Amino acid sequence: MVTVENLTKSYSEGKVKAITNLTFRVNEGEVFGMIGPDGAGKTTLFRILTTLLLPDSGNAQVAGFDIQKQYKNIRESVGYMPGKFSLYQDLTVEENLSFFATVFGTTIEQNYALIKDIYSQIEPFRKRKAGQLSGGMKQKLALSCALIHRPKVLFLDEPTTGVDAVSRKEFWEMLRRLKSQGITILVSTPYMDEASLCDRIALIQNGSILSINTPQAVTSAFGEKLFGIKSEMMYTLQQDLRSSSVVKSCNAFGEFYHLTLKDTSDDASSALLRSLKEKGHQSLEFEEITPKIEDCFIKLMSEGSN
Amino acid sequence: MRTIRFLLQKEFRQIFRNKTLLRAILFAPLMQLMLLPWAANYEVKNIALAVVDNDHSIESQRLISKIYSSGYFILKAFPADYSHAYNLIEEDKADIILEIPSHFERNLVRDGKQKLYIAANAINGTKALVGTNYLGGIIAEYNSTVRMVWLEPGKMNPQPTVEIVSSNWYNPLMNYKIFMVPGILVLLVTMVGSMMCAMNIVKEKEIGTIEQINVTPISKIHFILGKLIPFWILGMIVFTMGLILARVVYGIIPLGNILLVYTFLSVYLIAILGLGLLISTYSSTQQQAMSVSFFFIMIFNLLSGLFTPIESMPGWAQVIASLNPVTYFIEVMRMVVLKGSSFHNISHHLGVILIFALIFNAWAILNYRKTS
Repeated sequence: MVTVENLTKSYSEGKVKAITNLTFRVNEGEVFGMIGPDGAGKTTLFRILTTLLLPDSGNAQVAGFDIQKQYKNIRESVGYMPGKFSLYQDLTVEENLSFFATVFGTTIEQNYALIKDIYSQIEPFRKRKAGQLSGGMKQKLALSCALIHRPKVLFLDEPTTGVDAVSRKEFWEMLRRLKSQGITILVSTPYMDEASLCDRIALIQNGSILSINTPQAVTSAFGEKLFGIKSEMMYTLQQDLRSSSVVKSCNAFGEFYHLTLKDTSDDASSALLRSLKEKGHQSLEFEEITPKIEDCFIKLMSEGSN
Repeated sequence: MRTIRFLLQKEFRQIFRNKTLLRAILFAPLMQLMLLPWAANYEVKNIALAVVDNDHSIESQRLISKIYSSGYFILKAFPADYSHAYNLIEEDKADIILEIPSHFERNLVRDGKQKLYIAANAINGTKALVGTNYLGGIIAEYNSTVRMVWLEPGKMNPQPTVEIVSSNWYNPLMNYKIFMVPGILVLLVTMVGSMMCAMNIVKEKEIGTIEQINVTPISKIHFILGKLIPFWILGMIVFTMGLILARVVYGIIPLGNILLVYTFLSVYLIAILGLGLLISTYSSTQQQAMSVSFFFIMIFNLLSGLFTPIESMPGWAQVIASLNPVTYFIEVMRMVVLKGSSFHNISHHLGVILIFALIFNAWAILNYRKTS
């Protein structure tokens, strides 16, 4: 549904590389996540694929149309929800929706079934100006407007940034339902925990893709044992772990440090624990854990920089 | 066509919802039209005159009372000598000094000629110029009376004199308001057109709504028309309201065909809106658009012949004035409203504005990109 080949874009006459040589495919009916920190190039990629930006080199097809030669067809068959709320704040909810419907040559009634789940939640406020909606309602309106012409591909640029945990969960449920309607969805997010909700993900950093796979495959490709450790003195623990010769990597995750060890035998880890106790660490908790996307991301990132 | 209709509907909704902007578009120009013409007036009155009368004779008194009775001057002071009078100018208490030499009357009678000295404070150029002109005129008149009285009839042939009688065509009473109102109306329409149009488009850029529009199949031409048409209509409304006001408040009834003015206006608005559009394609924030359009509007105002005649500008300024669309509309307004000119007289102006309209809009459309 989306094919990207060697796509490159830089700003300021080549000084700032936004994306470099991106190549990937998104299959029909997939929820495809672009996972990466701020500044990774996600928005640039989305703007190129929605024909708002021209690439420096490389090419891409969206819904079977070339982004440069057939941009008009693409504009008719994609929905785009930018990261920043960009509907008319001085028009009401209903006016915004019917405006975008008519722009695409359709009506609210015609595609009501598609947006019903989402729009019905904000319908009681349809006479309210879009600018006066709460963050979560704005997001639902923006999604309704992006869907009103029944697009084949939906681009969602950081839809959950700045949204509370409950609304985020709801939002992902909405995406699952849209997927079941046969809409291909490209979604970008800086939140690693949302990655597991996608069918496939691309980990993106500094404009390059580190890995593309299903979330399960990405985590199982971690390839080594991962341990979580915590004690009462977290700061000195980190210093002690990093200076230890058996510790390969140590990164903070919530209240734990995630460790990989050069020697993963039980003997080596109990020796590590003994030496930590000798250094005065009390109530140590140490256990093997399954790697998450974030662990993989950090590992891939540090491998890339070495 | 259907797309345009919906774009217009959206645009008008937004304009009518923004009450402050609506007032700025519709009522601010009318307020200005009520105020400005009363203030923008070249007629100079109350010129403070300091008379240094070194003669104190009957003739010098007669000259002074003649000056006073003209009504343009206030006899501010009678300083004893020129240096005192000069102090008055320095303190800004006097605008013009008239020095009457001693033995003015005696020499005038004996030699048949005498000299007067006029010094003007030229900080306010208009006042100095107009004041000395008035004064010169009064003295010339005094001069001819003196000749009539003193020349012994018969001794010489009657002096051949050339008397100048002027009559002010198209504005017999030299009423400055009649002259200024049509011009000011043009300026106001220009401001509404260019600035509001530019700001409106840039607002979409600033808020990001243009992104959302750009991913839709709306074509660039449709989007631009959707922006131009509402402001074209608003420009027409503002102009019509201004014309009604000019009639009610200033009693200005256009002599020529009003349809001619509207024909010109309809093309003129396209040119001005094209300029606004052009500015918007080069700006990414409303602040930028505001600054750029303000720059143009200042130049348009001052180099349009509204306040100062273009003929008296230096060559380079005349070139700018000839590249200024406002110049042409002000001329057309004055020609049609005051003089009753016909289509034939303004066809040149219309042609020039048509070229402006084509250049501005073509440039703007070429520079407007849905994709960056």
